[in-house]
Amino acid sequence: MKQVTVITGTAIPLKRSDVDTDQIIPAEWLKRVERTGFEKGLFSTWRDDRNFVLNDERYAGASILVAGPSFGVGSSREHAVWAIQQYGFDAVIAPSFSDIFRNNCTKNGLVPVVQPIEAVTRLWDAIEADSNVEITIDMERLLVEVPAIGFEESFPMEVQNQYRFLNGLDDVGITLTHAADIDAYESRRPAWLS
Amino acid sequence: MSAESTSSPTTLPQKVWDRHVVHSGIDEPDLLYIDLHLIHEVTSPQAFDGLRLSGRTLRRPDLTIATEDHNVPTEHIDQPIADPISARQVEVLRENVKEFGVTNFPMGDPLQGIVHVIAPEQGRTLPGMTVVCGDSHTATHGAFGALAFGIGTSEVEHVMATQTLPQSRPRWMAVTVDGDLPAGVTAKDVILAIIGKIGTGGGIGHVIEYRGSTIRSLSMEGRMTVCNMSIEAGAKAGLIAPDDTTFEYLRGRANAPKGADWDAAVADWRTLQTDDGAAWDREVFIDAATLRPHVTWGTNPGQVLPIDASVPSPESFDDPTTRETVARALEYMGLTAGTPIRDITVDTVFIGSCTNSRIEDLRAAAAVMNGRTVTAKRVMVVPGSHAVKAQAEAEGLPAIFRAAGVDWREPGCSMCLAMNPDKLAVGERSASTSNRNFEGRQGRGGRTHLVSPEVAAATAIAGHFATPADLENGASS
Repeated sequence: MKQVTVITGTAIPLKRSDVDTDQIIPAEWLKRVERTGFEKGLFSTWRDDRNFVLNDERYAGASILVAGPSFGVGSSREHAVWAIQQYGFDAVIAPSFSDIFRNNCTKNGLVPVVQPIEAVTRLWDAIEADSNVEITIDMERLLVEVPAIGFEESFPMEVQNQYRFLNGLDDVGITLTHAADIDAYESRRPAWLS
Repeated sequence: MSAESTSSPTTLPQKVWDRHVVHSGIDEPDLLYIDLHLIHEVTSPQAFDGLRLSGRTLRRPDLTIATEDHNVPTEHIDQPIADPISARQVEVLRENVKEFGVTNFPMGDPLQGIVHVIAPEQGRTLPGMTVVCGDSHTATHGAFGALAFGIGTSEVEHVMATQTLPQSRPRWMAVTVDGDLPAGVTAKDVILAIIGKIGTGGGIGHVIEYRGSTIRSLSMEGRMTVCNMSIEAGAKAGLIAPDDTTFEYLRGRANAPKGADWDAAVADWRTLQTDDGAAWDREVFIDAATLRPHVTWGTNPGQVLPIDASVPSPESFDDPTTRETVARALEYMGLTAGTPIRDITVDTVFIGSCTNSRIEDLRAAAAVMNGRTVTAKRVMVVPGSHAVKAQAEAEGLPAIFRAAGVDWREPGCSMCLAMNPDKLAVGERSASTSNRNFEGRQGRGGRTHLVSPEVAAATAIAGHFATPADLENGASS
């Protein structure tokens, strides 16, 4: 996983709630056996509508997606995270995320930033007023900053996840430092489980 | 292994969690041991690739089981898969299981079927286990008192390499349903009502224990239907304390413990109960007597109402984002506010999926269709596994379905997520016993309404949403 310390970029306002994984990457795309090439699948059905916000030229090159509550609900498909990253996003800001999607984000270096709906609405307003407005996400201080509108809010992140983002750490490597604990646990499992 | 503390009352999900902690530390997630890892063709190829790239081995192939389900066609299964990309994905799974020594149930095998149908019916899912799968409907196995949850592909690779998973401790939620279910109200209606009450995000960060006399009275099939859709309420997992219904279901199944192991296991499983006085982070209560058959009207499972209701108006919601979401949903679904749900006609009926494709579901549908003829244009029944299919054949159910005009298919996930050829066309409307009514879920532009097998069968006959009682009353068809 890549290291993430500070993200600075422009953003896209996706003013929808319950954006589910079937919209993020339709099932047809899940037949691929590779880990790359999903950018074309991102919101592919919605992108057929030329009024869809991802098709708005003003937001080209944005690296932060700002969405409504319950982002990423639905399936466990990590392809959703891969598609968002491969399209060019480094972070998603939303009032809430589904658990599996959020977990998948933290395994891949896509930053899930939780902000209350009032803050998200302020961000939407600011981005719509000026599509070039810059947002900074600081992983050291766990802060979202938009200097142009005097926005500075903290966001929650478990210490271990923050540490893994800042260091770009691989989970399996960390776990294998506990190999002796795993061996010991296995030796205690009841006969009917093995 | 009964290492749990006796000092303070503990919830069932926490007991199962605590039993599996291999390592814990401050500001670290708990490292949980995984008893059963289920894999399928869609979310495993990149995980196997990751193992190869890092030169790691699969630690416990004996605790890993594979099946082919998401992609497989439900007809002509004796022939190669026509879609070359689907065929390649299934082929890659077969190569991977061979290389890493994992048991796989390939298309057409007598033990093949939907991953969440075959593991319980083979007696692999046991009370008190941790079960994971790269599939969000893994909570199905919670019906047995297992802590079962869906994981992403990176986590699949992690379990393959270590047989463990680092997980932050969730919060514990009790959903208690008490009382007798009114006639015609099923396990599916119970879980749809729960999702309608707490919303699609209501369970985020929580593991739910379903409790109460209504839950206790459900069969294992019904309990699996309830736990299956925990994710649709946003919950990490959902489980039900094991009891005699659980033990009777498991007794004698191929992979369940035998002899002295069985007795030891049952004695242990009887301790898997929430202690009196255990504290919940959240509690929800539902009175079963108030429940009715439910139908979703929108594009997420929380957009659901009793069949007696009418399509809601966006203006009836207070929150502006919700109003916008509801308006979008109605537009996508081609519905007008105020239309009685019973007046909505359907093109297609799909009975199947890991939610409702077990023998009891098929019996319920067959009982409604027996001696009747469907009027919906297309009606498919897709058994969850070859074992379910064989049982249905032994009971004569396919003959009832065929006589009614139903297409009786081979096992697989099928039209639940339309990765195989079973899809809705643009604008086609379905009554479906599956678990998601997202835009395009059953095919691009398709319009999905989630219902129980009973309502699906009655709707297939009537051609519009109906209950079995409606057919008896001559209210329709």
